Amino acid sequence: MDNNINDYSADFPILDQQVNDERLVYLDNAATAQRPRQVIKALTNFYEQDNANVHRGVHTLAERATKDYEDARKKVQEFINAPTANEIIFTKGCTDSLNLVASTYGEQNIMPGDEIVISIMEHHSNLIPWQQLAKRKNATLKYIELTADGELDLADAKRKITDKTKIVAVTHASNVMGTITPLKELATIAHQHGAVIVGDGAQAVPHMPVDVQNLDVDFYAFSGHKMMSPMGIGVLYGKAELLRAMSPYQFGGEMINDVHREQSTWADIPFKFEAGTQNIAGAVGLGAAIDYLSNIGMEKVQQKEQQLINYVLPRLVVIPDVQVYGPQSPAKHTGVIAFNIKGLHPHDVATALDMDGVAVRAGHHCAQPLMEDLGVTATARASFYFYNTKEDADQLIKAIKETKEFFNIGTI
Amino acid sequence: MGLSKLNGLYREVILDYANHPHNKGSLATTTNTMTLHNPTCGDTINLQVDVKDNKINNIAYTGDGCTISQASASMMTDAVKGKTVDEALAMAKTFSDLAIGKKHPTTDLEQLGDAQILTNIMEFPARIKCATLSWWALQRALLKDSEEEEKNE
Repeated sequence: MDNNINDYSADFPILDQQVNDERLVYLDNAATAQRPRQVIKALTNFYEQDNANVHRGVHTLAERATKDYEDARKKVQEFINAPTANEIIFTKGCTDSLNLVASTYGEQNIMPGDEIVISIMEHHSNLIPWQQLAKRKNATLKYIELTADGELDLADAKRKITDKTKIVAVTHASNVMGTITPLKELATIAHQHGAVIVGDGAQAVPHMPVDVQNLDVDFYAFSGHKMMSPMGIGVLYGKAELLRAMSPYQFGGEMINDVHREQSTWADIPFKFEAGTQNIAGAVGLGAAIDYLSNIGMEKVQQKEQQLINYVLPRLVVIPDVQVYGPQSPAKHTGVIAFNIKGLHPHDVATALDMDGVAVRAGHHCAQPLMEDLGVTATARASFYFYNTKEDADQLIKAIKETKEFFNIGTI
Repeated sequence: MGLSKLNGLYREVILDYANHPHNKGSLATTTNTMTLHNPTCGDTINLQVDVKDNKINNIAYTGDGCTISQASASMMTDAVKGKTVDEALAMAKTFSDLAIGKKHPTTDLEQLGDAQILTNIMEFPARIKCATLSWWALQRALLKDSEEEEKNE
């Protein structure tokens, strides 16, 4: 791959440093992405010029802050092609978004004996809210299994989703194996059985074009920080008629219409779900991150990651004693690769790679049921984003080889 | 720098303890047990202690984890075998203190035997938990702290 084309790393001040006297290679993007100057500048501008609380103030700054906040909502709407901006709810993050759906829609609609269907590759954030809801309601939690290649087994999904199923909640892309799931097909199956579908887009929205209308998902959740916004801001998209029928998630200021001693009425969507002062600067930062991504174009972002995976995956799988989990074909991958070095615990691998400047994650990646399914307690995970380079990939491969050498693992 | 700094952490003696663990297995009779998890990485230690006449008559562990956690369990069990409960608790306190940067006199360090080598883990903050897990398990087992970490269904 030609590395001089589409090199965006210069926009990211944090990447220009050494760790442990080596050039930093940041490959923990599935945990959180880095922020480009443009996002940092948008935050500074907001705090230096517009900062105020939104919606309730009459003064000029309050109007500006309100406009900034609502402009960010419109940017999110356009970015995922939601029908209206009212269907975009700002949350703390993807976990918060999923908990919102479980504790409002789920609480109202799940009855004893109903089924909730998720997949075995869910992040804990799209697993525990449903597990606990099922427990509270005496409902059944069912898991869609994987194919041998680490893909979601659509045939199994067709068996698991039945007329008893009320909610199907599935990730759009695995945070461990980088597998992209057939969310649109799952939505069709769910709807055929009268169930709603919740998409967890935390690992998808930052990396590929997402169109919630085309997917026909009922709810779709994602975090800002994995797509370069500040931490503490996330999004829940929901179809308007569903959101309107749902009870509030939290109570307090901003979410009301009218309050009396004994009773209150609620604001319309999305404000009904945004109690208290929101993360306004976070939303502004998310808007700036969306501008940055849209400027490049999501097709191009996806293409760049694909080029990186096309380059690195074949070089990784041929290293003796390295096992890659999930799809082995680059075409079926996002920029996330889970791997282990035989005979070496992933934490030891991550410490060794860090000494070579390479930041990867090691552990169960908040997906313990998937780890059990893969027959491991933990893996190392390298996750690329569009600003990574061929040099980064080379440094990863070199560091893995040096790690094997250091620990005397097999042949190099 | 590359991997040369790793030599400070993965000294030969540590790799040896991890690759040829001491006291790994199960005891026929136990008086105190404790299972601890390191939720960040999935490491588990199941510690079994047989206390007789206020002394650690025998000690063993099962579980799995990284090189550091395995070496630490291996060294810890060696170090406390034959000690009184109070001596073992004092050693556990020394190790936990060192891990959070508190100083101890050399005499305390010497008590730890080979395990004192692992106290250089402070240079690798992300790995401190790996080294301390087995010492915490010892502490909680001897104090007969709640049987296991709380399990929320």
